[in-house]
Parts: sequence; structure tokens; C-alpha cells
Amino acid sequence: MSKQATAKEVLFTPVFDNNPIALQILGICSALAVTSNLNTALVMAIALTAVTAFSNLFIAMIRNQIPSSIRMIVQMVIIASLVIVVDQILRAYAFSLAKQLSVFVGLIITNCIVMGRAEAYAMQNPPWPSFLDGLGNGLGYSCMLIALGVVRELFGAGKLMGHEVLPLLKDGGWYQPNGLLLLPPSAFFLIGLFIWGLRMWKKEQQEAADFRLAPQVREEE
Amino acid sequence: MSGNKESTARTLVVALVVSLVASVFVAGSAVTLKPIQRENRLLDRQRSILAIAGVGGASLSDREARDLFKQRVRAEVIHLETGETAPDLDPDVFDALAAAKDPTLSDSLTAEQDLALIKRRERYATVYRLEDADGSGRLEALILPVRGYGLWSTLYGFLAVKPDFATVVGLGFYQHGETPGLGGEVDNPKWRALWAGKTLFDDRGRPNIQIVKGGVDPAGAAAGHQVDALAGATLTSKGVNRMLVFWLGEQGFGPYLARLRREGV
Repeated sequence: MSKQATAKEVLFTPVFDNNPIALQILGICSALAVTSNLNTALVMAIALTAVTAFSNLFIAMIRNQIPSSIRMIVQMVIIASLVIVVDQILRAYAFSLAKQLSVFVGLIITNCIVMGRAEAYAMQNPPWPSFLDGLGNGLGYSCMLIALGVVRELFGAGKLMGHEVLPLLKDGGWYQPNGLLLLPPSAFFLIGLFIWGLRMWKKEQQEAADFRLAPQVREEE
Repeated sequence: MSGNKESTARTLVVALVVSLVASVFVAGSAVTLKPIQRENRLLDRQRSILAIAGVGGASLSDREARDLFKQRVRAEVIHLETGETAPDLDPDVFDALAAAKDPTLSDSLTAEQDLALIKRRERYATVYRLEDADGSGRLEALILPVRGYGLWSTLYGFLAVKPDFATVVGLGFYQHGETPGLGGEVDNPKWRALWAGKTLFDDRGRPNIQIVKGGVDPAGAAAGHQVDALAGATLTSKGVNRMLVFWLGEQGFGPYLARLRREGV
């Protein structure tokens, strides 16, 4: 990147053009685990966005002081501390959601998006653009999580954020829910479909095939 | 300044400073938020006790739940083996789950005894008495803590029984890690409603409660002792079943319930 990207580009490019889940295929684990309802997906999205933005900010602030031999460990220390702080705040102010998210908040530490942005962007750029970059990537992740949460909760349980939208057959309504959507593997299918849709819309994201299968040759007798 | 950035001394200094700042940050947030978190946990516990005893639904505000609990629920610590109350232990301070980890306050269970797969059982337990709304102190329900292993996790919950100490008022769990949609359906209000009115003991006072597959035959002789299993969650259902048999038996609240029945409290 030779030319300086504007703040707006830094912030919004990761949302659709360079989405961390859809294009870089990072952070899939938590995208499967916490999106069976919209509430947990939202809280997870906010938590990850906050951690990515602030870890980028702090790492960029001290980027010129970090010796390269221990740079990964320094990044981990900063990220892990932020995650613990976020976890503590959730337990204090959003107790029931924190209970549902259980280990997944703690696992933000190992989320590739956070570490990836720290290493790829914050180590080379000043604090403010780094903060925006973290925020933007967090937003990209959030978009995907919210989309997954909406589809899974709406069609899997007939609800949105716990409120009934499609009355279920078993409660006297008309909608027969798709139970598969409540299980983690369904998010795999949905993410696949979203990636397909995104690459149909933005053709430049399509990747060239790594190789082509040679036509089958029948063995000569 | 950046010339000697890679030197050993510099590396050590940076590592030290970063660790110090980060630990101050983490410790600070943990310490300042601790009282709020403890309050949350306590309130969560109180809410689930009230809900399982069938008074006050989720619509209660935090303050209402706290007041209702204070007004109608009395906690007391009992000695499990003898079933006697332990007046010297303060129920607000005594923590049964912490005691279960403390070798001086708990006993390890043999594989034969350990139906609930909890490995160690505390010697004392906190029970809750739900009393009449009119303040006469008459017992309306007795709430016993239960816990045991399901498929992935230990389920922590409460069992509420009527003053005959045999009929279920409600069963519910406030903490577990079972699969959402399958074993996690232990939280489903419809399944929980199946428990009300079931009888926990047979004629001779032995625990008799079964979670059965394929639906309970309502006309069957044992229907009063049976509850439908959860669909797709055989191991969670079995775990809940074994946990109840354990906690109602000799290793659990058996002696305490026997004493209450004898004394007719």
C-alpha cells in the first residue's frame, strides 16, 4: 500500500470489500458458536470490535518501542488484558448474556482477526488509523455475525432477540422451525452462502483457481 | 532511540513495563467490578430459587426479586449426614460449592456412591425454606440445591418440594453447559412444567423418580414417578435422573428429609 488510504477507506473497506470472515476466512469458530441467537451475536460483535480497536490503538502507540524478538508476546499481553477487562465488564453489567457467552469472550484472545490486525496493520501505522482499522475490521466481523444471528434465530426459533416474530406451530402458530439452524454446523452453510453472494456482487473478490483438474484419461488396453 | 531497540536490556525493560501496565489494568478492573459481579451472581441465584419454587416469574424487577426473597425465603445450613441444622454456620457466608473442594469440609465419594459424578460431596449444605406470604412462618416449599454431570458439564440447580417432602414443586438449573437445543432444553419452561406434582419417593421412602424415553403413559401405575426424557439428549436426561436419586438418597438430603418428616416441621 504505497498511497495513503483515507480514514473513511480504512474504516469501511473491511466491511464489504475485505471482510475478515468472508474474504480472509478468519474468526469462523466464534461465528459458529455464538450466533444461534441475535442477543449473544450482538454482544460478541461489540466485544470483539472493542478489543480489536483498542488493541490496535495501544499496539500502534508503542510500535516503535517493541523489540521484534518479543513483538508477538507483547501483542498477546495487550490483547489478553483487554479481553479480560471486557469479560469483567460483561459479568458486571450484562450478567445473563455473559453466562450464555461463557468461554467465548475469553476466546477472543485467540481470534485470528485481533492478532492479524495487530501484526499486519498496527505495527506499521500510527495510532489513529490503526484504531479505525481495528474498528472497521470489528464492524466487518459484526456485520457477518448479525446477519448469521438474524437468519439463525428467525428461522431456527421463530424469534428475534427473544421476541416472537414467526408464531411456531407447536404454540398454535403456522411456522415449523428448522432445528438445524440452532446447531453450529448450520452457520457453516450460511457463511458459505454469504461468501457466494458477496463474490457474485463484488466479482473482484473471486479467486483464480489454484489448479484445474486434468480431464479423466481412460487407461489404454 | 530506535538504534538500540533490539538490545537484550531494552527487550527486558519493554517486557517488564508492558506486563506491569497490563497487570495493573487487569487487576484494577477485576477489583473495582467485583462487588457488582458478586451482587449479580447472588441475585441470579435468588431469582432462580424464586422461579423454581413457583413464586415470581422473570417479570420481577431486580429490586422486587430481592425484596421477595428477603421477605419469604429463609436459608439455613444443614449437616447432610445427620440431617440436623448447623446453627453455627451462617448461610450468607457458607459456600457449599467451595466446601466441596475443601478436603476438610468434604468427603470423596466411591464410584458406587457417586451417582451424580461429582467426585466430592460437602458435609454441609444450604437449603432454602419458602414461607407463607402472610408472615406466619408456615413452610410452603423446601428448596434443595442439586448438581451432577450431564453430557458435557455439571448442571447446577434447585429442586423445590412441597411440605410433604415428596411432591415436586419445580426443578430448574441456573448453570450448565449442555448443547443448546438438545440437552440445553433442561431450561425449557415446558419441560420444567412436567415436573410439578411428581412424587419423588416410593412407599418405603426410597428415591423413585424416573426420566423415561418415549413418553410417559399417563394411565400407567408409575406415571406419578415418571417424567418424559428430553428429545435428543439421552445422556443429559440420565444425568438429571441420577443426580436426583443421589441428592434424595442417603448421601444427599435423605437423612434431612427423613428428620423433617419425622418431626413434621
